[in-house]
Amino acid sequence: MVDPYLRQSPLAHLHLDARVASDGGLTDAAVILAELPHRGQLLLRGDTGNPTFRDAVEKAIKTGLPTTAGTVSGSSKGTHIIWQGPDEWLVVTKPGAEEKTKKALFLAIANQHAAVTDLSESRTVIRITGDNAREVLMKGCSVDLHPRVFGPGHCAETLLAQAHVILHQTVAHKTSGIPTYEIYVYRSFAEYLWTWLEDAGREFGVKVATA
Amino acid sequence: MLLIPCPWCGEREETEFHHGGEAHIERPKDPDKLSDEEWADYLFMRKNTKGVYLERWVHQYGCRRWFNVARNTATNEIVGAYKMGKKPPKGAG
Repeated sequence: MVDPYLRQSPLAHLHLDARVASDGGLTDAAVILAELPHRGQLLLRGDTGNPTFRDAVEKAIKTGLPTTAGTVSGSSKGTHIIWQGPDEWLVVTKPGAEEKTKKALFLAIANQHAAVTDLSESRTVIRITGDNAREVLMKGCSVDLHPRVFGPGHCAETLLAQAHVILHQTVAHKTSGIPTYEIYVYRSFAEYLWTWLEDAGREFGVKVATA
Repeated sequence: MLLIPCPWCGEREETEFHHGGEAHIERPKDPDKLSDEEWADYLFMRKNTKGVYLERWVHQYGCRRWFNVARNTATNEIVGAYKMGKKPPKGAG
């Protein structure tokens, strides 16, 4: 694990906090972007058919494993688990909570044919929301994001503008249905994807928000 | 552009996948006992079917699993996809 004081977001040089200040209010923005840096990300491998493994994980981090392809379990604001494959999950924690979660998982799966690996520094997260958020993603992504098939709690690993990403829809607004997506992107692709999203959203109007 | 039905993720665009060549090729149990011709046959010789062909694909930018696809090489129609270790769908291969 990197010492917290050395951690730097791959988008730090874009000075997004200054953009937030200059963008003013968000009332008229059709596309709202934000970076959610330094999230804890732990790769968990294990046998989904083994109840001992599933129970140990659930007991250790109070969140059950999603066993349906393309779904997420847990609270999107706290610890949640993203399905990545039939024996592979990404456990996401709040920034700074990854060490504790890793230890808990490590103890829980000891003596089992399973593994947990800390990948926290590998990706950053870009949040996109607003009236036209879905249209922006549709410009670069072939996965069907229509709310009929892709709603809150769904995830997909795919290509977005040729960049390898994990897409996770966290919520849809209760009345307007406006979706919020979190995009996990490898840090070396982060600036490219951020600028692509700004460009793709330009016709609708893009503003930057705080995490 | 093909739409390939990943057994786990469902239909996805071809660019998310990598092709892995002919499926169901077994490594000989005792390679030392083979002649050079038999070994070369195992390593290099593949069918060049016109019609339904059983091939391997990996969902590289998705769930990263290998699986088999039965695809008609003349029409690009995908007859079915099935997991490793399973038998091809009826009417294929």
